[in-house]
Amino acid sequence: MAVTAGTRKLDARALRADFPIFEQEIHGKPLAFLDSAASSQKPRQMMEAMTDFYSTSYANVHRGVYVLAERATAALELAREKVRALLNAPDVREIVFVRNATEAINLVAYSWGMNNLGPGDVVVVTELEHHSNFVPWQYVAGRTGASLAMIRLDEHGELDLSSLDTIAAQGNVKAVTTNQVSNSLGTINPIEKLVAWAHAQGAIFVVDAAQSAPHMTVDVQALGADFVAISGHKMCGPSGVGALWGRAELLQKMEPFLTGGHMISSVRLDRTTWGELPHKFEAGTAPMAEAVGFGAAIDYLNAVGFDAIHAHEQELTTYALGRMAEIPGMTLYGPPAERRAGIVSFNVDGIHPHDVAQILDMSGVAIRAGHHCCQPLMQKLGVAATNRASFYLYTVPEEIDQLVEGLATVRKVFA
Amino acid sequence: MSEFDQMYREVILDHYKNPRGHGVIENADAEAEGQNPLCGDEVSIYVAFADDGETIDEVKFSGRGCAISQAATSMLTEMVQGRKAGEVATLDKDELLEEIGIPLTPVRLKCAMLGLTTLKVALHKAKGTPLPEGLAGFDELELN
Repeated sequence: MAVTAGTRKLDARALRADFPIFEQEIHGKPLAFLDSAASSQKPRQMMEAMTDFYSTSYANVHRGVYVLAERATAALELAREKVRALLNAPDVREIVFVRNATEAINLVAYSWGMNNLGPGDVVVVTELEHHSNFVPWQYVAGRTGASLAMIRLDEHGELDLSSLDTIAAQGNVKAVTTNQVSNSLGTINPIEKLVAWAHAQGAIFVVDAAQSAPHMTVDVQALGADFVAISGHKMCGPSGVGALWGRAELLQKMEPFLTGGHMISSVRLDRTTWGELPHKFEAGTAPMAEAVGFGAAIDYLNAVGFDAIHAHEQELTTYALGRMAEIPGMTLYGPPAERRAGIVSFNVDGIHPHDVAQILDMSGVAIRAGHHCCQPLMQKLGVAATNRASFYLYTVPEEIDQLVEGLATVRKVFA
Repeated sequence: MSEFDQMYREVILDHYKNPRGHGVIENADAEAEGQNPLCGDEVSIYVAFADDGETIDEVKFSGRGCAISQAATSMLTEMVQGRKAGEVATLDKDELLEEIGIPLTPVRLKCAMLGLTTLKVALHKAKGTPLPEGLAGFDELELN
């Protein structure tokens, strides 16, 4: 792996050699992959870990007494320990493997919400949320008679914390949730401050870290939150695996989310008792190979270093915002570079994002066009959709140049 | 530039920049609003029938969206003018696709079909004609 030891700077060009996807051309052009916020590309090391697991250690976990079952169990539990260390969680039993951050949030919304929310209670969310951290709360609030209160956005696309006093004055705040980084604008939210406010209201705090964990250190103890959700596929891991961290004392009091095999202590005809943490929340056969891949991805990211990744993306974002501001007719959304992650949302000259993205694709540039699963935010911005370019540890400035050149073609086609 | 020309050929850009039938018909005989949930595009279709109550005398659309959805809807208004509601309700999507005349990926196909689907829903609401296949973007409950 191409990491210069002892320095904080990463060598993205060298890291790209670990990612086979970049060995191809798209429409005869080099691939400029600027959609890592949707899902990241995969390093060979992660894929090899999964292949190795399937080739040497595959069997169902936790049940068999034979060698392969023990190996597979050890591999799954080692992956769990890697997630624990990544998040600096106090106890490995607090790490629950799920399909993705969406499932992690649904687990909390249902298992905690259905038993702790009722008429008159308030769940606080923000206008910045991905649907994954909005719809589950809206739904469970609807089912329990609780209501939603919104933290508004200011004109920079940052949370307007002055709305907190109004919400607090109404009382009955039971749960507060936000993403740590907005998938749409890249805004980095002040989690510690919000956690302190939530706890002062007697509420729990849930962090959607799907968009932050790939790019920065997420320390659950430093954040002080009660639940944190992450997705493996956004951080060089495979699709189909994510993790929920929750405080043991809360997880213990919660009802299961899914029931069935593995999550039980004993099953009688008239009654079933639940297994210990984290198994109570892991019904059915676990995503074993995916968890192993997730663990290998965490190793990979740790070797590069989260500080180096964050610094690299800050540089790219500053560069991209500068280059894109030169383009006539450009509208850029979101906060200044120093207060955002490697995400740039924009619109060009009233040209619809689908058309922009289609023409960019023909230039080998992959960006996202649409509402980014953030319809409440799009309504706030007064647009149906935006374009979004997002960066990761393997992104090089040439890809941003390719984007800027592609945007010139877009303007030519629609001139 | 050949790929761009193929996708955004002159006729598409012309319909996009100068849409035919763009506007609103007040007190329309049939109308519906459609959305493409993938990109948030919206189109509203308004129909006025001739005295026989069957023939489409005038059709207009409003809304916002990508070049493909807006150009396709513009072409559609020309295509259905003077046709009977029952005939348009079963209009084969290939007839419109032929008119559009560019290769479309599955995502862009949804853009291209937004206007036609919305028109068929409008006719269904006004005349009870069959609903289109695959009500992408429509809440079936809303129609009942």
